[in-house]
Amino acid sequence: MKYLSYLTIGIFFGIIMYKSEAASWFRIYEMFQFGSFHMYGIIGSALVLGVIGVQVIKKYNIKAIGGKEMNLHPKRKGVTNYLIGGIIFGLGWALAGACPGPMYVLAGAGYLSILIVIASAILGTFVYGVLKDKLPH
Amino acid sequence: MNLIYDPWPWYVAGPLIALTMFVLLYIGKQFGMSSNLRTMCSIGGGAKYADFFKFDWKSQRWNLVVVAGAVIGGFIASEFMSNNTVKINPDVAQQLSTDYGIESAGEAYLPPELFATENLSDPFVLAVLILGGFMVGFGARYAGGCTSGHAISGLSNLQLPSLIAVIGFFIGGLVMIHLLFPLIFS
Repeated sequence: MKYLSYLTIGIFFGIIMYKSEAASWFRIYEMFQFGSFHMYGIIGSALVLGVIGVQVIKKYNIKAIGGKEMNLHPKRKGVTNYLIGGIIFGLGWALAGACPGPMYVLAGAGYLSILIVIASAILGTFVYGVLKDKLPH
Repeated sequence: MNLIYDPWPWYVAGPLIALTMFVLLYIGKQFGMSSNLRTMCSIGGGAKYADFFKFDWKSQRWNLVVVAGAVIGGFIASEFMSNNTVKINPDVAQQLSTDYGIESAGEAYLPPELFATENLSDPFVLAVLILGGFMVGFGARYAGGCTSGHAISGLSNLQLPSLIAVIGFFIGGLVMIHLLFPLIFS
């Protein structure tokens, strides 16, 4: 039953990503060319509502289902790994035109070539795991 | 306006993404897609090679189910809810065509020049897909999250590390499009 709700959330998310064209290589390219407000509007409006909602949750101490604390942990402090990792991610995001959510959506939409991108992303994650202790964080 | 076939505007999509995040928070989880890549490495036996993959991946099964849902969502949306073309700014489309020979803006969802299955035999196309995917996977884990984990979840929680990561995302993206694309694609 629980898994059915996760699946439903995933389906909902997949449809949003595809229908908003956030999963399209063209939209990512256009965003980095500052050619349209579209992608900025999507991220920006999600963010404005997200910030307001999280503040409301904290102010009124709203609990998750079953009375548990919400998963709103602070991120580990630092700069190096966030900045360098972020830049590497951005280079890949613009080149492949897909980030880790839309990749799966595109696989479902039948673009077989995206499976190469997904496999390479898994490999990239693996190489990070192997090199982790040698990298500046 | 055709609600089913037309693309959803930003003011519909953005709030629905925020809703996705809050539903996940409410059921005790969090919104983050790239951590699934680490889970997949662990399932594939990654713990033999790095301690980073020694963790209780079974606790992350829920997120893999979300991924399975996203795949189904992509199928439903592309099959029944879309004509699978993306219209972008005509100036940008023109520039893509003139500078890089990518002429499919407005006619496809992804450029067939890069994503058509028959082009996989082209070593250049294959290299673009592999390199792009590799940097997404490596960078997301190095930064501790991706667009969903940092740009949406982290920034919503006013996390400075997430802001640094998102600034990094944009530096990387702008460098790729404005400095490297002219070298790679022409």
